[in-house]
Amino acid sequence: MSTIEQEMVHAAEGGHHDHHELPFIRKYIFSTDHKMIAKQFMFVSLFFLVIGGLLATMMRWQLGFPNQPMPGGMLLPDAMMAPTPNGAIMLPEFYNSLLTMHGTIMIFFAIMPLLVGLFGNLLIPLQIGAEDMAFPRLNMISFWLAVPAGLLMLASFAVEGGAAGAGWTSYAPLSASGEFTGVYLGQQLWLVSLTILGFSSLVGAVNYITTVINMRAPGMTWFRMPLSTWALFVTAILILLAIPILAGALIMLLFDQTIGTGFFRPEVGGEPLLWQHLFWFFGHPEVYILILPAMGIASEVLSNRARKPIFGYHSMVLALISIGFLGWIVWGHHMFMSGMNPLLGTSFMISTMAIAVPSAIKTFNWLATVWKGDLHLDSPMLYALAFVSMFIIGGLSGIFMASTPVDIYIHDTYFIVAHIHYVLFGGSLFAIFAGITFWYPKMFGRMMNERINKIHFAFTFVLYNLVFWPMHNLGLQGMMRRIYDFTQYEYLAPLQPMNQFISICVFLLVATQALYAFNFFWSMFRGEKAGNNPWDSNTLEWTVPSPPPHGNFPEMPVVYRGPYEYSSPESDTDFYPQTKPPPRKPPVQDLIPEPVTPTPEGF
Amino acid sequence: MIERFSELRNTALLVSVFVIIAGCGGGDGGGGDAGAADAAPAESPVDAATAGNVAGIVTFSGTALMMAEINMNSEAVCAAKHSTPPTEEGFVSGENGGLANVFVYVKEGLESLSFPTSTSAVVLDQNGCVYVPHVVGIQTGQELTIRNSDGLMHNINASPTENRGFNVSQPVNMETNRSFPVAEVMVPVRCDVHGWMNSYIGVVDHPYFAVSGSDGSVSLDGLPPGDYVIEAWHEQLGTMTSNVTVTTGGTTEISFEFTEVMAGSPVPMGEPIDLLHPDGHQAVDH
Amino acid sequence: MNWSWILPPSFSTVSDDIDGIYMVILWITGITFFITEGLLFYFIFKYRHKEGRKATYDHGSTKMEIAWTMIPLVIVLWIGALSKGVWDTVKVDVPPAGLEIIVTGKQFEWTVTYPGPDGALGTSDDFETLNELHAPEDEAVVITLRSEDVLHSFFLPEMRIKQDAVPGQDITVWFEAIQPGNYTIGCAELCGIGHTTMNGTLTVYTAADFQAWSNSQTQQQQP
Repeated sequence: MSTIEQEMVHAAEGGHHDHHELPFIRKYIFSTDHKMIAKQFMFVSLFFLVIGGLLATMMRWQLGFPNQPMPGGMLLPDAMMAPTPNGAIMLPEFYNSLLTMHGTIMIFFAIMPLLVGLFGNLLIPLQIGAEDMAFPRLNMISFWLAVPAGLLMLASFAVEGGAAGAGWTSYAPLSASGEFTGVYLGQQLWLVSLTILGFSSLVGAVNYITTVINMRAPGMTWFRMPLSTWALFVTAILILLAIPILAGALIMLLFDQTIGTGFFRPEVGGEPLLWQHLFWFFGHPEVYILILPAMGIASEVLSNRARKPIFGYHSMVLALISIGFLGWIVWGHHMFMSGMNPLLGTSFMISTMAIAVPSAIKTFNWLATVWKGDLHLDSPMLYALAFVSMFIIGGLSGIFMASTPVDIYIHDTYFIVAHIHYVLFGGSLFAIFAGITFWYPKMFGRMMNERINKIHFAFTFVLYNLVFWPMHNLGLQGMMRRIYDFTQYEYLAPLQPMNQFISICVFLLVATQALYAFNFFWSMFRGEKAGNNPWDSNTLEWTVPSPPPHGNFPEMPVVYRGPYEYSSPESDTDFYPQTKPPPRKPPVQDLIPEPVTPTPEGF
Repeated sequence: MIERFSELRNTALLVSVFVIIAGCGGGDGGGGDAGAADAAPAESPVDAATAGNVAGIVTFSGTALMMAEINMNSEAVCAAKHSTPPTEEGFVSGENGGLANVFVYVKEGLESLSFPTSTSAVVLDQNGCVYVPHVVGIQTGQELTIRNSDGLMHNINASPTENRGFNVSQPVNMETNRSFPVAEVMVPVRCDVHGWMNSYIGVVDHPYFAVSGSDGSVSLDGLPPGDYVIEAWHEQLGTMTSNVTVTTGGTTEISFEFTEVMAGSPVPMGEPIDLLHPDGHQAVDH
Repeated sequence: MNWSWILPPSFSTVSDDIDGIYMVILWITGITFFITEGLLFYFIFKYRHKEGRKATYDHGSTKMEIAWTMIPLVIVLWIGALSKGVWDTVKVDVPPAGLEIIVTGKQFEWTVTYPGPDGALGTSDDFETLNELHAPEDEAVVITLRSEDVLHSFFLPEMRIKQDAVPGQDITVWFEAIQPGNYTIGCAELCGIGHTTMNGTLTVYTAADFQAWSNSQTQQQQP
């Protein structure tokens, strides 16, 4: 028997055989269990989420209170904050590092590993009825590649010249020569870190795709998979195809920086626009990597909490696939002003306009799911509803920048910053809050405290909108991105009060997250104990204990129906688990009427 | 079989982690014996009783090079600091043909001696959006204090070839300190926010250097007796050398006469590390 | 604090076109916003759980799917078609030049080169200004945009002009101002430590005043 079969037999026998008592280091550090790896990704990513938030907080200090001494600034080295008699003032090169590292850490070390590393690992095997991923050791490698990548990224703050300062998009030639930014080693560490992280994502993607294709339980047809699994599957394909492009570009840029090649440096015959094409050819699928799993999570939570099937399941799948496909042909919309041929501007505009449609389809389907539902407005539902609401705004603002002539004005302004944060924070992060809260009992066997989460939700939702909505206005009034001191521009000086307002709201917003952090840790020990299925959900992960044992399912689950059979007339409750056998049909003989026996007189 | 592999692998991982930590700890933990210069200020190796002096005059003959006026309209605060519009300082001469901003230093003759690093700092000031002084000398390891007296954004972009460069900003009145560990003649420094601002720093590993004023005079005092090669460097006119012999208690006179035909000649700036032009490099026109 | 979604005033020949497309999109997205968010909040309120409420067992409607696929598709493609015309006007169809100049971006300043009295660039009577662009009104100013080092982005907000300056390339940008005044030049692409200081002034004159200014510059720069 293979090891996997052996383990299944052992799990079925329900025994704790001695050779399965794993040592601490194999159970918690170098684990091959997808559920543990999911938690590892979660803890590390939440840590980086906090770091990313702190970096943004410092940026907002400079924007809200330009050139004023920052509280705590004296604790930072002189290379970042210039000491003056009144305190420490932020230096422009540190501001540039902050904006670079905020974007990089949030995208690559927070949102992506939360959506793909946490939810991909946690949900895929459980929701399709598998005992683990197809390649558990590869899964472990995926996590343990991400850790050194993160450490390198953090270490880059400590080297001479500071951390990378050319933006998370690292446009050449600014990023190609240290003398342009004053950042030397930091820029190289950024490249190496992301290359390592790329490998982490790639091996993860291979694992997810293989698992979904090969390890679905009997009866789990493609169109009975939950939308969260579908979304993660499409995301994994995007990762598989996009990350190699990024890795190639990163290595080319590293060579330009270190050994004198001229891929992107014009002084030796290189082409700066090549970097942009390569980066955005990866970068646009990347942003769909950042939203598709969130959409899957939202569908899951909305349907369950509305006690209603997801409206238009097949359309939702088709929309996921369309977004995944169309996402490859829109990258030029990041480059409308770049100097590329204007005719390409038109072609990319058309494809970009087209990709708005599947997102709209999904939004209408979510609205229709909620319509005539039985909405339990607990915290996962609130987060998921906020996702829909904010995603609408983020999606609609995208139409402005898709139009090439309007983009002339709003490109590289705060209008773009507003758009990206509405989809990444309003969208992805709210979905992450929904997902963590919803699957918390499955991970830890306890519920999170509802009241704390509701307070966290209310404050976060309000403050978040107070922060990012006005950024639309700032952009429309011409405030550029990545600008250390906008008051140098006379026409922007009147925007100072709004920037200060936003900054204060950011400080409050960041402080509010302490509520969720507290709830997260407190509930692990004091949360209300959860049974197998606290949300009365249909999907397979809720048929096993919370948390599930090693091997997940004591016996191979059999799936009889789709995942969204809520309020089905066939069920006596308002949910109908996928694995619940349908009522036994009466034997065929019972349906055949009694044969009429002929009487002696005839028929 | 798989269990054993895992255990082997884990052990290997742990061992390598410890090896790495041990390796890091054993290396340079900062400080260490970097040489006599880092210890308590040593006595100068020069016996004052036997030392001599060099007095020099740097002149220019020919038609003076025209220097353009600097248009400071884009920085009104700085423009207001100049009663008459400033001109570029690539060529500054005074009465009697004296040539200013020439960096004069002992190029050869002091190799056998090592000198303590001066503990005072050399100040490079940004005032009125010009570097003051325009050319300055400093010892290896000596502290350079870059001062922003203007209270508006400057950046200091130093692009040496032998030393590590830096590009730092000063958005307000403040000071930044740097030093150069390797001798290099000259390190160009510029401000990118105000493109007309440039200066040059001559880094030598001994204290015998000077920058001429507009009267062209320089003096190198307290040299041990012996033969030396003195070099004079000018940013537009190139370099000249002169051999001198210093005698005990005496003042040897030298003169450098730059002529207009030298204008535009290649101006050496340290040893180039240039992958594309390993056989030489062009004049840098910053 | 200005919460308006109306664009600030602009003063070039393409202003109305660009601002017009913006308004079309604002109307369409604005109406969509109010309808969808309104429905969402209404549904949350109306269908919140109450004792005895049962959700409707409804898997979807192909008709609705077709409707809310086709209608948005038509709308966005229509917006795209409208936009293409304006885009071509601004970026593709460069008008014959009234004034030709070169704008060179470098860390951290804009150098503007004018042709001088002979009207031709690249001759000895060309003169330069730093961080200042002077232009006559009602004349197409055609700019060859260059960069000496890294990417910059030449941004004239009141003219609704933006174009990245790419080292190694000459890129053509043009504008025609319709009103004299002092306007802003900005850099809209992160270009290093001093990115925030790359601001300049665009001064638009009447034709006569521009001629006077141009003459005075020529005199000044020719000692």
